[in-house]
Amino acid sequence: MADPMRIRAQVAGNNATVRVLMSHEMESGQRKDAAGKLVPAWHIAEVTATHNGKTVMTAEWGPAVSKNPFLQFTVKGAKAGDKVGVSWKDNKGESRTDEATVS
Amino acid sequence: MQTRRETLKQGAIVAGLLASTGLFPQYAMAAYNKTAFEAKTPADVMKALGAGAPVESKDVTIGGPDIAENGAVVPLTASTTLPGVKQILILVEKNPSALVAVFNMTDSVEPSFATRTKMGQSSDVYAVAVMADGKAFFAKKEVKVTLGGCGG
Repeated sequence: MADPMRIRAQVAGNNATVRVLMSHEMESGQRKDAAGKLVPAWHIAEVTATHNGKTVMTAEWGPAVSKNPFLQFTVKGAKAGDKVGVSWKDNKGESRTDEATVS
Repeated sequence: MQTRRETLKQGAIVAGLLASTGLFPQYAMAAYNKTAFEAKTPADVMKALGAGAPVESKDVTIGGPDIAENGAVVPLTASTTLPGVKQILILVEKNPSALVAVFNMTDSVEPSFATRTKMGQSSDVYAVAVMADGKAFFAKKEVKVTLGGCGG
């Protein structure tokens, strides 16, 4: 099981700015190991964000997103106390979901 | 003189071309567009996503450093002020695969995203806003990389 994400959601006017740090190797598939073989790509492929249970954003990522990915987005109309959830799925089928409260 | 077999084969090729130009939009909206992420150039990415050729627009913004010391972690932001945006893409032209990320919008999020990307070498980076009607607008910026982030 992958490590938990760090999610921070802060009110900014009528919206909430959400910052997410995920913990993932994000292997590019371009690198070679000591034996000269290509290390297969291993990266987060799909990201979904929810606001009080409703999906507000989805993203598709390639291997060119950095290791331990950072993501920032803005949810319209989110208030303090609302729940913001983020989940990801990698190309090996592993997934993780975490939730934070807007403050 | 064409045989029936040749005719059928050409028909299949034409269908393939139509699919890649986005005239069959149902194929373009697959959950995870593998073809787009394997495309080598920005033009191929746009084709794989079924979007039109992008037009440069000052309503789309790409943010990032002028010089990135570490190509493994290049912070980039993409945003637009245009209404009716369906997707926002981040592309790095000279990466082995140009497409970095696709953000699918809903009405509940601002069309503005920030993330960190890997860059193999100095290159132009693009933010592309794809509209609901398939039109695409882009902004580009050159980022110089002093240490690549894709290899060893």
